[in-house]
Amino acid sequence: MSELKLLALNGFLGYGYELESLKAGLEAGAEMIGADAGSTDAGPFYLGSGRQLVKTAQVERDFSHALQAARGRGIPLVIGSAGTAGGEPHLHSLLEVVRRSAERQHQHFKLAFIHAEIELELVLRALEEKRIEPMPGVPPLTAQEVRQTTRIVGQMGSEPFIRAFKAGAEVIIAGRACDASVFAALPIMQGYDAGLALHLAKVIECGALCARPPSAGDSMLGTIRDDHFTVRALNPLRRVSPESVASHSLYEQPDPNRFEEPEGSLDLSGAEYETAPDGSVRVSGSRFLPRSGGITIKLEGARLEGYRSVTVAGVRDFKVLAHLEEIEAETRGMVERNLTDEMVREGYRLLFRYYGCNAVLGENEPLSERHGHEAGVLIEAIASTQEAADTVLALARSSFLHCSFPGRSTTAGNLAFPFSPSDLSAGQVYSFSIYHLLHGADQQRLFPIEYEQI
Amino acid sequence: MKQLAELTEVFRSKNAGPFLLTVDMVFAETSGYEAVKRSGVLNRETVAERYRVDAQQVQIHYVDGIRTVKVTLPRPGAASGAPGDRDVYGAQQHGPLLDLEIPDEPPPRSESKSQNNTEKRRNL
Repeated sequence: MSELKLLALNGFLGYGYELESLKAGLEAGAEMIGADAGSTDAGPFYLGSGRQLVKTAQVERDFSHALQAARGRGIPLVIGSAGTAGGEPHLHSLLEVVRRSAERQHQHFKLAFIHAEIELELVLRALEEKRIEPMPGVPPLTAQEVRQTTRIVGQMGSEPFIRAFKAGAEVIIAGRACDASVFAALPIMQGYDAGLALHLAKVIECGALCARPPSAGDSMLGTIRDDHFTVRALNPLRRVSPESVASHSLYEQPDPNRFEEPEGSLDLSGAEYETAPDGSVRVSGSRFLPRSGGITIKLEGARLEGYRSVTVAGVRDFKVLAHLEEIEAETRGMVERNLTDEMVREGYRLLFRYYGCNAVLGENEPLSERHGHEAGVLIEAIASTQEAADTVLALARSSFLHCSFPGRSTTAGNLAFPFSPSDLSAGQVYSFSIYHLLHGADQQRLFPIEYEQI
Repeated sequence: MKQLAELTEVFRSKNAGPFLLTVDMVFAETSGYEAVKRSGVLNRETVAERYRVDAQQVQIHYVDGIRTVKVTLPRPGAASGAPGDRDVYGAQQHGPLLDLEIPDEPPPRSESKSQNNTEKRRNL
């Protein structure tokens, strides 16, 4: 019976991993090292701005050890969703790390990098051709929203990775990719069952998050065979169990039994989990259902909403706590009355959050009547320029601080500021303007590959 | 009567993409899981009311083998990271379900309709 062993470094390139775990994986005979380097978890800012959630030094540490290990054994190294969001700036940031690490280690290899940024024009055409469908919970897309979008990426499936492998790539750096494609592509190319390959990939793409104790900062080993796969933690301090693996399969997913991938659906309703004699977990019964209507690619786009300015302060006086609503209303009025007409016309957003009251759940907070002895006040202004946001925030801060209300006794000020300066310019604010499916997609065209001999 | 929070060993919320929220409850004992499944107390209408979302868009999945209930709903308020959002990762949005009261005693067997609240809606 043939088998293929895949080593998942960690849940996010840059989160760190134990070097001993990497070593154990190599000794166990890993035939590919992979890692996911992106997510929409941290919000739309990274896609819009071209910046990264993790720092370059973290990425470099994680990548350089993996490169040394992979080249030392002559096995492929595959990274998906480069630089958090997988757009062009993100891809190039990781490529710099790759070239720097290679030079330092005197490594030579064939590098493939796969682009995932999608042109606005292509999305506009697809919209006209009615090939765009909103994801659940997302409104339909309009041409205007596409034009307002700063950057669009598509989540590639397994095909671009397979193309790169077939071209002889030894290190593959991909832009935005489905988490599972990073690990599923090689076994699918070698003829293993796509359902098992995708399920295995889903289990290990978060690193040791499927083990106990769980961690996104440690490595896992997955072994795929003809009719099942096994997973095990590479750190002896962690264990997997049928429950831990089955539970992880549904993490961050809307439906525990069905997962949509570009090439089809993964059906886990018949999946069975059991403990293997060596302590690993053996999984079988996962099924892949190819999509009849062709390839469907998930698009992600971010739009600039403006600039943010914030201040954070505390309230310890019970009368202030009892009058937060009135103070907020009065503050809003004062800001509007005191801004120039031009700034009011330009538009701005002013938001107040009261930590200790209902800051986390807002109007859904069931305990909003229960106040503690103090509360945190976060005041946020969003406007079309940083200067405008700073101005709105400064006015809101002074108005809130000195606002009077019936029965007020804290006439020196309603807020305790921990910092000087109290106001922080927080930069660009983005939102996800596109989170839609593109039907009838051509992956060869959407995800072009460049090769470079390092 | 026990609250959901007392019956579970994992009770978490998380984004399922920037526009959906998913709440996973892993029950400590099979009996607690079965009690919830049987009671029908955890239903689309209850979730919709507590999160102020459309009941038609709420999914409730029971995963028998691992004593897990998954509730998926439109993200209350703004999408992840958009202006006005309160929880970018959605990791602290399980609060409204923690105190849901679950009856101890199962209703007589003839009246139990455990399948009624096993609602599965396919995504896409």
